Amino acid sequence: MLRITPEEIAETLTMVTQQHLDIRTVTLGLSLGGCAADDIATVAARVYDKVSSAAERLVPVAEAIEREYGIPIINKRIAVSAISELVHGKGHDLTPIAVAMDRAAREVGVDFIGGFSALVHKGIGAGDKMLMDSIPAALASTERVCSSVNVASTRAGINMDAVLRMAEIIGETAALTAARDSIGCAKLVVFCNMVENNPFMAGAVHGSGEADAVINVGISGPGVVRAVVESLPQDADLTAVAEAIKATSFKITRAGELVAREAARRLGVERGIVDLSLAPTPAEGDSVAAIIEAIGVKRCGGPGTTTALALLNDAVKKGGAMGTSSIGGLSGAFIPVSEDANMVRAVRDGALTLEKLEAMTSVCSVGLDMIAIPGDTAVETVATIMSDVCAIGVINSKTTAARLIPAAGKRPGDTVDYGGLLGAAPVMDVSPWAGTVLARRGGRFPAPLNSLRN
Amino acid sequence: MQTKAILSVLGEDRVGIVAAVSTALAQSSTNIEDIRQTILSGVFSMTMLVTVDEDKTTFEDVQERLADVAESLGMQITLQREDVFRFMHRI
Repeated sequence: MLRITPEEIAETLTMVTQQHLDIRTVTLGLSLGGCAADDIATVAARVYDKVSSAAERLVPVAEAIEREYGIPIINKRIAVSAISELVHGKGHDLTPIAVAMDRAAREVGVDFIGGFSALVHKGIGAGDKMLMDSIPAALASTERVCSSVNVASTRAGINMDAVLRMAEIIGETAALTAARDSIGCAKLVVFCNMVENNPFMAGAVHGSGEADAVINVGISGPGVVRAVVESLPQDADLTAVAEAIKATSFKITRAGELVAREAARRLGVERGIVDLSLAPTPAEGDSVAAIIEAIGVKRCGGPGTTTALALLNDAVKKGGAMGTSSIGGLSGAFIPVSEDANMVRAVRDGALTLEKLEAMTSVCSVGLDMIAIPGDTAVETVATIMSDVCAIGVINSKTTAARLIPAAGKRPGDTVDYGGLLGAAPVMDVSPWAGTVLARRGGRFPAPLNSLRN
Repeated sequence: MQTKAILSVLGEDRVGIVAAVSTALAQSSTNIEDIRQTILSGVFSMTMLVTVDEDKTTFEDVQERLADVAESLGMQITLQREDVFRFMHRI
């Protein structure tokens, strides 16, 4: 007997065909334990063998699930252990390891592989230094490799030396990939409170506390949430708005939970987490900014934006919490400018500024994301934009991150264009009043009082 | 393995839709367990609960046969495993 009503079936089909419901990513987390060696060429060869064999079935399995359940899975990805942990010695260029990761990713058919990463929130070790120094060349000579560096945590504070060094590295990466609108920077994230099971790029890294192989799933569905909010009467109060978002989030999360279970079962690996982040795409209507505008803000970035975003973020979590018992990853709305058509429009209209995006960071996930700034922005300015984002994360015990693109040769109002999911963005104005002296002081922003919780 | 699935058909009403769909199902060892069908302002809408016998055929093969029917009828036909609806609409 049909236990599902035709209306419910029609609702699911409409979500997929008209409102962009999809699973944003099925990410295989892989431990690279056993790949460490003294010699970089050996590490690279072991990493290649490990990734290409362990992830061989990922894409066909995800494609079969997509077909059988009728829900698109947009990205299939791989996150590996932080590469800095595999290397010893001094002064080596780690680009060959990135090239090996890239080759393995291409071979198994994933679009991105994350984990060219280091955690330096307390101090920079020898392996970390080699990794950081290798980032510009690694990102310039690969297509699919993503890099991330954790420079701050609530327990440790902010490593300001690492922040300044990362600002330099971002600049070098921008210059080395200048011919392609500095695309290297779109694959590089600087984190505060990085998580161990994030399925989303560019920040996915397989944490040291994880099992050998794990499936993590990132849900999506801004288009579905927007459609639901738009269908409410104009005079619906905010409790009704939150309720509608919550109910929708439950359904979206259930789709993610089902895919996570099925993918893990078919691949014979551990089921990890479902990440409840609403992730926009450049497709018209599949936009977090459009939800904020549907809630009732004239343009994303205008007064009321932080309120609407906070309500959205909270309601998504409440609905999602009923949909899965394995919430994890970042689980907060994403606000990547270039990947969200309404955000791009808001920037062009002058409604959305860097400062407002920073405020929005405090109530959602991964704030200053995919933001193009002028190529001649001073390194100290880039550093202090990032340290501001870190300060929000450290004090509020949350993950924050910056993916800034100082686009080589570009000025405010110019555009960077990457196509595909990375989208296109206008180059934004940067305040000329940066904390240059602050950035150069270096040292460590001490762990805050709220880190003393024992 | 017996896999329950939901088949949805949507499009302009015409002669032979049920015949074409059920023939394709019969040819691919897929049993019809329940059917609901309506026509609203000329739009034909049918929902079926079916069981795919995966010992005799593959899910993909049934989907491909139905895609051929969809193309010849000029209608939208989807076949999805039933659990996706149970997961999304039931606690």
